Amino acid sequence: MAALDVNGKSVQANADPRTPLLWVLRDTLGLTGTKYGCGISQCGACTVHVDGVATRSCQMPLSAAAGKKITTIEGLAQNGKLNKIQEAWLANDVPQCGYCQSGMIMAATALLAAKPQPTDADIDAAMTNICRCGTYQQVREAIHAAAKA
Amino acid sequence: MTIQTSLGRRGFLASGAAVAGGFSLGFSFPWASAQAAEVQELNAWVVIHPDDKVVIRIARSEMGQGTLTGLAQLVAEELECDWSKVTTEFPTPGENLRRGRIWKNYSTGGSRGIRESNQYVREGGAIAREMLIAAAAAEWKVPAAECTAANSKVTHSSGKSATYGQLAAAAAKLEPPKEVKLKDPKDWKIAGKPLKRLDTLPKLTGEMIYGIDVRLPGMLTASVRACPVHGGKLKTFDAAKVEKMPGVKKVVAIDGNAVAVIADTYWNAKQALDKLPVEWDVGKLGEVQQEQIAAMLKEGLTATEAFVGNKAGDAKAAIEGAARKVEAVYAFPWQSHANMEPMNATALYTPDKCEVWCGTQNGEAALAATSEAAELPISKCDVYKQMLGTGFGRRGRTDYVRQAVLVAKQMPGTPIKLIWSREEDMTHDTYHPTTMCRLVGGLDAQGNVVGMHMRISGQSIAAALAPQTLQNGKDPGVFSALNAGGQESAFAYNMPNLLIDHALRQPHLTPGAWRGVNSNQNAFYSECFIDELAEAAGQDPLAFRLKMLKPKNAAALKAAADKAGYGQPLPAGHFHGISQIMAYGSYVAAVAEVSVSNDGVLKVHKITAAIDPGHIVNPAQTERQVAGSFVYGLSAALYGEITIKDGAVEQTNFDSYNVLRMDGMPKVEAVMAPSGGFWGGVGEPTIVVAVPAVLNGVYKATGKRVRILPLMHQELRKGA
Ligand code: FES
Ligand code: FES
Repeated sequence: MAALDVNGKSVQANADPRTPLLWVLRDTLGLTGTKYGCGISQCGACTVHVDGVATRSCQMPLSAAAGKKITTIEGLAQNGKLNKIQEAWLANDVPQCGYCQSGMIMAATALLAAKPQPTDADIDAAMTNICRCGTYQQVREAIHAAAKA
Repeated sequence: MTIQTSLGRRGFLASGAAVAGGFSLGFSFPWASAQAAEVQELNAWVVIHPDDKVVIRIARSEMGQGTLTGLAQLVAEELECDWSKVTTEFPTPGENLRRGRIWKNYSTGGSRGIRESNQYVREGGAIAREMLIAAAAAEWKVPAAECTAANSKVTHSSGKSATYGQLAAAAAKLEPPKEVKLKDPKDWKIAGKPLKRLDTLPKLTGEMIYGIDVRLPGMLTASVRACPVHGGKLKTFDAAKVEKMPGVKKVVAIDGNAVAVIADTYWNAKQALDKLPVEWDVGKLGEVQQEQIAAMLKEGLTATEAFVGNKAGDAKAAIEGAARKVEAVYAFPWQSHANMEPMNATALYTPDKCEVWCGTQNGEAALAATSEAAELPISKCDVYKQMLGTGFGRRGRTDYVRQAVLVAKQMPGTPIKLIWSREEDMTHDTYHPTTMCRLVGGLDAQGNVVGMHMRISGQSIAAALAPQTLQNGKDPGVFSALNAGGQESAFAYNMPNLLIDHALRQPHLTPGAWRGVNSNQNAFYSECFIDELAEAAGQDPLAFRLKMLKPKNAAALKAAADKAGYGQPLPAGHFHGISQIMAYGSYVAAVAEVSVSNDGVLKVHKITAAIDPGHIVNPAQTERQVAGSFVYGLSAALYGEITIKDGAVEQTNFDSYNVLRMDGMPKVEAVMAPSGGFWGGVGEPTIVVAVPAVLNGVYKATGKRVRILPLMHQELRKGA
């Protein structure tokens, strides 16, 4: 049993401390917006924020997440209002299948928090998430749009 | 713009997938399930609520291509409804059977989702509109001809009007008209416009439910491992070694070739599966190595026996007598789909019912697989389609559905979600077929092509998966984009003497449909070789092609070349490569702008593409398909390669099977060039032109012909 702070709520997670945060979120807490894509920190589908830093949750054990402030895709909108990255994603109609987009949005939100006006090179460096539908062009445009908003 | 989202409905959505007898959520927002009694079904496609909300039924699957939105646009166009009131739902394949296949084909592949069903879904919208008009006319006791429908309202010439919500109950009781006239596409107001997708919002908040997200009361999760060698068998396993591990409920064998651990969570199931001692019986297949496969394909290049796919004149004689002869051998490796969402399905089996929740490109095939695996009549089974985290052809297969049912059957009454690990997914794919190709061309003294022979050697998807569709052993699908004629995938060039044939060589790894399918390698082979012929003829690749191209192919190529500024000066070190093809009923072309640095690093700066699919239902989504398909195609060309060692697939995850990411993404500009009069596909055709255009550019930049993929093994350094 570990105490977690997820999306501003304290919750108890009954799982082995070695369980990756990804599966604690999905299976134990029922937060399925965070996706499984590779399990080896390659694809970024599982990206969440841990104390504000974009983190691939498939490689973070529950024991390391305890006591930290965790934000998932479900926690980005506040009082039913999307954050500005989500707004830009909506305005630019970014997702195709959408499966990678939770991770994309989490990575982009962290990028803009660290660098409010990212260059294309900043985007290339920070956004290493895989999208098999190939939405990269829309992702880039939406990040620039959000930076201007 | 602020959109109110309704967070925290997850519990409802997960179980909501099962409700509403016969329908699953086309997407999850907005959703109001109240007032079921007052909801009126005008026909199979159109349901109208008293508050004017319109529910459009979508039989095909949505896997990213925007098919759901495009089909809804077509229905709404004819229905003359207010687009902001439109929502969608999926009729289950079971409901389809109960109603005599009223929604027809569910298969979503071959870029057919919209083009194949456009006629009958538009008719569905038009019939509903006519019924609403008739209901209003009867109510007002005026001739129907004096009434018009627009924006979810029927209005009489006197100015009287009623909303669709008010008219729906009366309209639903009327006899549908036998014949309706469809609108001329030039009058379209909803179709043909770059409307936003209907399914975006829940994809931004984590609310969208994919197959892997399904949660049912009392559900357990299974992790599965099939024999690493395709065709091998399960010999033994020692369940006792893992049965006491945390969360483990049961260890089961399925189909004699796989073993699964059922546990409370995926992680616990996977941990136990990794520790489970298993022995496989792989027989001789365990000795197969990649070099043997290459040798097998190579032998086919010159074999005397081959199936003829396209023949004109006498190519061999023409080449013999030609002033100049050009010859080259190309090769295309196996590709994994590497779907973003690994394969998964959830099944609930009892002795008299079996239900499955999954992402599938073919609901009807998934239902048939459920019934077969459950050994229950199809009427006692159903499939609830969930959103697909990509399909690319892989989810047209039903092997993962069968596995889920076979596992669930061993725990009746308990819903089981079976999830493939990424490693399982990559090693148990049905792969893009591997082939080689030998091309020989003859030129006359003026540099005109007098004959060409193209010998393909390698796999056939039909021979592996649907042998009943072979024509005396021949797989016509192998000749995609190389056919003598027809509306689907004709060879684009007029050549006086031509021979295209196929020597079937079938290594043991199962091939399957992979976005673009056989037109991928055929475009790579033919369009790169055409460049080789142009070079030998001393002619510009564009002018050389235009002399031989059929009109619509030429128009598409010119549209791309004009937009890209082909022939005009480029930045120093940048070069243009071109290609074109006809596939999936559409004419497409691409111009790639590339550079190769002194140390051999390729950069694709920009690809300009033109597409003529006849009609375009949503230009914004079509543009996204062009760019997205290039990412998929270029990923394969740059990095994609599945190889065999000791009979098993060597690549297991994205660390050994790399794909294109943001930093490699070229700028893509799409030219919409619909010429009308036919319906071509959109999801796949452009994928096949990216690779030859880039490689033809690479040749101009380096003087090197890349004939073997992937490119990552090729040395592009100048002089090397
Ligand atoms: S699932 Fe964590 S990076 Fe892919
Ligand atoms: S939107 Fe489908 S994988 Fe990115």
